[in-house]
Amino acid sequence: MCRLFAITSEEPLSPMVAFEALDVMREGHDGSGVGLFLRDLGGPFEEMKDAPILSGIFTENGLKRLDTFMMNLGFMTKYKLPIKVSRTPPAGIPKRDIYLVRAYEYPEEWDGLDQQELYRRLVNVRLQLRKMGEAEHDMMVFSFWPDVIMIKEIGEPMKVAQHLKLDRKDLKARVIMAQGRQNTNYAINLYACHPFFLEGYSTMTNGENTAFIPIRDYLQSRGVPGYMGYQSDSEVFTHILHYSQKRLGAGIELYKHIITPLQDGDIEAHPNAALLQSLKQSCRRLIIDGPNCIIGCLPDHSLFMAQDRKKLRPGVVGGRPGRYAFSSEICGLDAAIPDRDKSLDFQPMHIDTAIVGPNRQEVTICRQTAPLPLPR
Amino acid sequence: MPSNRPITPSTLSVRDLPWQIAWNKDKCTLCGQCTAVCPVHALELGVFRKRTVELPLGIGAPPENRTQLFYGIRQRTDPAFACVGCAMCTLVCPNGAISPHRSDDADKLVFHRDRCGVPRSRGGRRNTPGTVLDQLKFIRISMLTDPALDAGRHEFEIRTLLGRVLPPEDNLKFLRQNGWVPPVREIYPLMIGGMSFGALSPNMWEGLQMGVAYLNEELGMPVRISTGEGGCPPRLLRSRFLKYVILQIASGYFGWDEIIHAIPDMKEDPCAIEIKYGQGAKPGDGGLLMWYKVNRLIAAIRGVPAGVSLPSPPTHQTQYSIEESVAKMIQSMSMAWGFRVPVYPKISGTSTAMAVLNNLTRNPYAGGLGIDGEDGGTGAAYNISMNHMGHPIASNIRDAYLGLVTAGMENEIPLIAGGGIGKSGNLAANAAALIMLGASGVQVGKYIMQAAAGCVGAESDRCNICNIGQCPKGITSQDPRLYRRLDPELVAQRLVDVFLGFDMELRKIIAPLGRSTSLPVGMSDALGVSDYHIAERLKINYVV
Repeated sequence: MCRLFAITSEEPLSPMVAFEALDVMREGHDGSGVGLFLRDLGGPFEEMKDAPILSGIFTENGLKRLDTFMMNLGFMTKYKLPIKVSRTPPAGIPKRDIYLVRAYEYPEEWDGLDQQELYRRLVNVRLQLRKMGEAEHDMMVFSFWPDVIMIKEIGEPMKVAQHLKLDRKDLKARVIMAQGRQNTNYAINLYACHPFFLEGYSTMTNGENTAFIPIRDYLQSRGVPGYMGYQSDSEVFTHILHYSQKRLGAGIELYKHIITPLQDGDIEAHPNAALLQSLKQSCRRLIIDGPNCIIGCLPDHSLFMAQDRKKLRPGVVGGRPGRYAFSSEICGLDAAIPDRDKSLDFQPMHIDTAIVGPNRQEVTICRQTAPLPLPR
Repeated sequence: MPSNRPITPSTLSVRDLPWQIAWNKDKCTLCGQCTAVCPVHALELGVFRKRTVELPLGIGAPPENRTQLFYGIRQRTDPAFACVGCAMCTLVCPNGAISPHRSDDADKLVFHRDRCGVPRSRGGRRNTPGTVLDQLKFIRISMLTDPALDAGRHEFEIRTLLGRVLPPEDNLKFLRQNGWVPPVREIYPLMIGGMSFGALSPNMWEGLQMGVAYLNEELGMPVRISTGEGGCPPRLLRSRFLKYVILQIASGYFGWDEIIHAIPDMKEDPCAIEIKYGQGAKPGDGGLLMWYKVNRLIAAIRGVPAGVSLPSPPTHQTQYSIEESVAKMIQSMSMAWGFRVPVYPKISGTSTAMAVLNNLTRNPYAGGLGIDGEDGGTGAAYNISMNHMGHPIASNIRDAYLGLVTAGMENEIPLIAGGGIGKSGNLAANAAALIMLGASGVQVGKYIMQAAAGCVGAESDRCNICNIGQCPKGITSQDPRLYRRLDPELVAQRLVDVFLGFDMELRKIIAPLGRSTSLPVGMSDALGVSDYHIAERLKINYVV
């Protein structure tokens, strides 16, 4: 099984908080890999919130090709997080040339573009880079987005963190998501590592997605360039979130209604029955069948956790105003926020979405049977 | 037969017939029930002469000839009266003295079944046992990476949608604007396919309707039944049970005068309207109800004179193009019920199915597409149509589904598969396989007749006389002396058994796949087959 940990804090934190939490939960994962997502960054990145940051792994040759490609587009390097690793990685971690985290200045020609167009172009650049890298096996690009860093690597999470020397002053974030153990369904491929990211939306998931193929087929036919990849069956959760918010204009409270709709009897008794019935029917191909625990992050820096209808995966949220964490196990939560009121810990069940908003003051529980907060 | 007697080309011996009747003189009590029950009069009274030679004990006394008569049955060899193997004689014989047996020799009767230049017509299905569907296995078994579900105790929602489903963006927009959203029915994915009032006996129809009502109202299973082409009894049209019925309109429009006139009196809308353009059992041919079955009741419901054969034209005569046939007719039928009832066409399996489907994708009123494969059954069709015409359902459905995926409309036009589902008895496995290939639901007819009413027809050309109204079980007969054999209450009970059994078997398939909250439509990763070419063609896993 995978282990998930996410934390949101008013004060920027070192990603080591997440690695330590994964470490105490190590009995629950096999240490085959780790994925890290950082957002609302502190340190030097605090000063460049708008600059797109490219995260990925490159060979020497890949880096040269990247530089040529980016320069041709007009991107200028603004800041680079130097990650120096020892020449011989510890057992279980592959040898890589360059772990890249680099903030760019936008090309001058992009000045004055509206945000939508700007973001569309950023996604296109990332997809082009990914394609180039897949052709020559010399680059892997995890994200290219303002205020977001992603690091993924094969190996025991703590060893990876030590190898990459992630315990450093210039790497801090207010929102951190991390997952230990990567997908075993398919050959280990870093593109199959959670968390996944698309246009500001990120999710990571515990558990297999048994409805993967029909959902993938449906998403791929939506005509959205970013709906691709699918090396992991969990990538669809990110894209469903993106689809529900960007294409349908649905809030997070509808996400669970789309992926795990209520049964017909419950819908009939719901005050928003007509809407929910329509969603259930028209989004039928996005219904997941679990068993999954999904933790995600929205562009406004909210964190959330949703369970599938079967509620077969563990998950808990707890903390104190100013700092909340979502964890697969309570021991992970204990490691990260020991000084909290444990009686307020909450384990979302089959109809719950737990949300910690951008102000990080409380956990909101959105229950599917409750009326929807829709404008009248 | 004396050796010098002339023989005709069609003179056959019992040995030449496909079914041969074995009769045991020692057990027979000459009660005559077998000859009375035989639907094709294959048995007649036999008067046999027996000679015995008696040798007296005394010396010099000459042996004596003694000739006796005895009575029994004789199997007729005239092709018109050839045994059909229904084994009703065996069923009624109190002593177990008689039974038909399949000949171990090649069938010679087949060469003589076009007397008067009329080729053979019959009921039943294509006489080819087995189907590709039987070869498909469900190979994705949840165990450790995701826990298996308990088919008996977990919560399941086995439902499908019938009707045009809008893309989510449009659906939400229309909902906000209070616009028209096409009607969609949430129904059980196993539907009872069109078997007309006329093809089926009143008792069979009544039994099916009662069973469907029970499944809906007592067991909460939204099972739907199609009327087939032949109208609908007036009282059913005006009852609340109409909502469980899919009214079929086909090229003969039989019974539609009655239906249209009943619209103002309808308490409920029907579940849907099915426009039949083709039928898997006899592609390119219209419906056929032979004169034997057109009695006064049937004639009244269909709005025709009694005692005449009712062949529907192969196509809807008022139409001349796919746009006419599909778009306008769908729109007209939708309008008749105020756009509150889904309307969908049903075609026979064909290599041109994609053209029809592509047309439907552009028609916002099309509520689905039924495709009936070559293994579909019928009450009457020419043997040639049944055995040699048509397209297998598996690749037709798969192509259609993948076509919808390419168009991004796989959730919008439900595909309903039919034709030979469960023909080897594997109803749930065949249905689940078709659903995973891309069907939203399946329709069965023949299986229901076999399971709910004891139809003896099989893929070995047994019985198959539905067309002449002599159904020995009373399922497809309009003769009260025959259909009184069938108790509607018991048909209803068996129908409920069939659906409950199917439901459990379907759960036993989808639970180990880790699916319970939605029907695994298009879940092709769960399917495997050990034939490489089938795997390639259907784009599923090749497993050995």
